[in-house]
Amino acid sequence: MIKFENVSKIYQTKEGQIIALNDINLGIEPKEFISLAGQSGAGKTSLLKMLTAEDLPTSGKVLFDKKNVNLIQPKEMPFFRRRIGMVFQDFRLLSDMDVRENISFAMEVAGYEDEEIQRDVPQVLELVGMGDKINRFPKELSGGEKQRVAIARALIHRPDVILADEPTGNLDILNAWDIIRLLIKINELGTTIILATHDREIINSLNRRVITMDKGRVIRDEEKGRYIL
Amino acid sequence: MPTYKTLIVNIRRIAKAGWRSFRRNSWLSAATVLVMVLTIFVITGLLFFNVVAQGIISELKQKVDISVYFKQEAKEADVLAAKDQLEKMPEVKAVQYISREQALASFKEKHKDNAALLEGLKELDQNPLQASLNIKSDSATEYEKVAQFVQDADFSQLVDKVNYKQNKEIINRLSNITDTAQRTGLVISLILAILAVLVAFNTVRLTIYNWRDEISVKRLVGATNWNVRGPFIVEGVLYGVSAAVATMIIVFPLVALISPKLASFVPGNDIFSFLKENFFSLLFFQVAVGVVLGALSSFIAIRRYLK
Repeated sequence: MIKFENVSKIYQTKEGQIIALNDINLGIEPKEFISLAGQSGAGKTSLLKMLTAEDLPTSGKVLFDKKNVNLIQPKEMPFFRRRIGMVFQDFRLLSDMDVRENISFAMEVAGYEDEEIQRDVPQVLELVGMGDKINRFPKELSGGEKQRVAIARALIHRPDVILADEPTGNLDILNAWDIIRLLIKINELGTTIILATHDREIINSLNRRVITMDKGRVIRDEEKGRYIL
Repeated sequence: MPTYKTLIVNIRRIAKAGWRSFRRNSWLSAATVLVMVLTIFVITGLLFFNVVAQGIISELKQKVDISVYFKQEAKEADVLAAKDQLEKMPEVKAVQYISREQALASFKEKHKDNAALLEGLKELDQNPLQASLNIKSDSATEYEKVAQFVQDADFSQLVDKVNYKQNKEIINRLSNITDTAQRTGLVISLILAILAVLVAFNTVRLTIYNWRDEISVKRLVGATNWNVRGPFIVEGVLYGVSAAVATMIIVFPLVALISPKLASFVPGNDIFSFLKENFFSLLFFQVAVGVVLGALSSFIAIRRYLK
């Protein structure tokens, strides 16, 4: 479903070149649950940004369903983005909207009918365990709750893949595990998950495919892997 | 491709989102509206200033005229013929004929307390006063031409004197003053209006800067540029409309208060009745300024976040 072919990304700065991604070759199949392991600065976020076409590779190709994402026209971009659900370390909820509105906004901009929105929003919030906090504002929620809402928002388009960039980075252990269990549940319902994290414990107990990155390279790619550095 | 129906749905959602944001961020909205009130107030004030200035100028202009005095022997028909000729000149706005009898009557009226003068007048066996034509023009600078015309006209041998020469100095000075006043007023108004617009624009820009993270989040969850831009423009329009209405609420009693004071000091200037007569066009003008200012500021300010 997703393919990285010889992808490199080099950032030019005043101090010289920074090689964020160095000749990445990867294939990801539907319904996989992948942990993208590595320390901060290893290139995990850069790799995800290539996939969402937030950033263009310096060389190489990123294919999503055999389509080169770098050739997507700006006008098509919002439609492409709706096929990818994204979850971030800092939640990125819209602060002036309550939980219901945060989710409905993503549906509204995608052109869903009002009836669909009214039906789906409570359902997806129920799925992530936030059904009773539908009218709260983000500032009234704990970190774990915010992340659940963010996941609900990522799910609303029934995306093919969910990219979770350090989703547990701002959470305590208990909340972190809640989020990981939620992602596993979503994966079991059929969505591909790419989980970028440097949390060794989480990766090791998942017992799924692990891609380990270091200094912009993929140094290990194992089924049922562990995070070893 | 979006159909007609989805377009309507989108517009409704954008309008709702704009309204919601305007309402929820009430402090920010109030602050922005306040700055826009200042802007619209300044522009309205300048408008009134120009109305008053125009009033004073035209008042002054009306006081300026030239009179052509005809010799005693000139017949009324000749004078009226001259009047016709003068009225045909494009520079001439109005010509008033004052017959010898009228001149005498107004002379008597003017000097009714001066018994000696009236007595002296009675001693004369005929009316000593001259028939005259009182000429008004649109602009003080035209009087030179009118005076010249009278001098060259076929009735010129009937003309005793034209009082242009003695008025020339004052006419020229007045026309200089009014021209300068109009030009300076316009330049100052433009500069102040531009300043006010820049302040309002910058306020909207800061408001949107405040939302830059939210904008990037909206784009990440699949919002099109119009999904992001639309609510901000709606909000800008709401700022503009509220500011315009608020300005009118301030301006109306203010003008009612100032108008009598101003009228006693520059006669013939009733700005309150001007306001009442033009209430709706003025309100429309203020709303238009506010809406254009708010919407355009939002539109321009958000561009850099939508690359």
